[in-house]
Amino acid sequence: MRHTGATRTYAMLGIVAIAWWLAYTLLQPATEFLTFAVLRLERGSHFGEAVAFFLYDVPKILLLLSGMIFVITIIRTFFSAERTRRLLGAHGEREGVGNVLAALLGIVTPFCSCSAVPLFIGFVESGIPLGVTFSFLIAAPVINEVALVLLFGLFGWRVAALYVASGLTIAIIAGWLIGRLRLERWVEDFVWQMQFTAAQDDATQMTWDERLARAGEAVRAIVGKVWLYVVVGIAVGAGIHGYVPTDALAGVMGKSAWWSVPVAVLIGVPLYSNAAGVIPIVSVLLEKGASLGTALAFMMAVIGLSLPETIILRRVLKPPLIAVFVGVVALAIVVTGYLFNWVM
Amino acid sequence: MLSIKVLGSGCANCQKVEQVTKKVIATLDVDATLQKVTAMPEIMKYSILSTPGLVINEKLVCAGRIPSEAEVTAWITNALA
Repeated sequence: MRHTGATRTYAMLGIVAIAWWLAYTLLQPATEFLTFAVLRLERGSHFGEAVAFFLYDVPKILLLLSGMIFVITIIRTFFSAERTRRLLGAHGEREGVGNVLAALLGIVTPFCSCSAVPLFIGFVESGIPLGVTFSFLIAAPVINEVALVLLFGLFGWRVAALYVASGLTIAIIAGWLIGRLRLERWVEDFVWQMQFTAAQDDATQMTWDERLARAGEAVRAIVGKVWLYVVVGIAVGAGIHGYVPTDALAGVMGKSAWWSVPVAVLIGVPLYSNAAGVIPIVSVLLEKGASLGTALAFMMAVIGLSLPETIILRRVLKPPLIAVFVGVVALAIVVTGYLFNWVM
Repeated sequence: MLSIKVLGSGCANCQKVEQVTKKVIATLDVDATLQKVTAMPEIMKYSILSTPGLVINEKLVCAGRIPSEAEVTAWITNALA
């Protein structure tokens, strides 16, 4: 019985994967046909190209998003906050190595910023250094899977890879710096007095059916939440495509404007949005002549440093440490922004 | 009588866990108290690293995700048995 059930699950999965691949490859010819043959729009006209761009990009991004979230969620079912805590407890005590490991685990560990406080307490209570804990807390929100998919879909794998690399760099450097500064005295006193005993870890005991079911749920929940932002964002992008001169922003946000990176970060820090909401803005900025480093710095400032998360962290950190946290992360984002502008 | 607690600071995820649990309690028609625990030291007593958490009769059954109605039904039925 068990065996036939599993076979059916894998057969279903195979059919879905083939359907996904077919839809993805046929998308380009299908939209061309729809725009220029069915709707009879003129090829090369502003309006025709804008419609083709919209009809092609919306389903492409939604397909990529569903596929990626499915795969990422499967990977995440092998990790849990508890497992990450044990891994860091065993290998993360050395600064440097610990920071790198914590930042990498920040990508794959399922995490929501509401959990920042219990996670923080659990980590420092089990002897993980403060700076290593911060590397995790910075990497987890900064490297966002929705942002990753959107960057990959709209700007290609180079930009997506740069985004991950810069997120990791920021988390490692900012965490390491916070660790070096020895700021343990600015952690609320009750944190050090708490007793933490490890809970059981349910990530290892899951069956494949459960992992697949959870991935399916995640796709439904996340795509259900962000699809409207994607549609609106791409509509705005398609709308201004060709109507606003492409170098409109080059003077203020291009490479030559050295002050644009810190200004973009200063504007981005108090703003708070989810990744799907900020990507349309980034796409407009890039299209209209902003340089890549400046646009990515703006995006990471918006999604990585958020007011709600700092308010939550205030429960365990005294105000000076909150200030250092925000300051160091903002600084790291500025440095990475310059680095990109210089390299690209 | 069951004592059920939802652990969490009150974000959207915690509220969803509360809704799911309420619905299951109503469907099964069990005698239970549902309590929301938002104080951090209280939450940490259950040794969890990620919220939301669900506690039935002082036993932590789930943490860091939103369980399905079927799962909650199974846990409540188990606790009653």
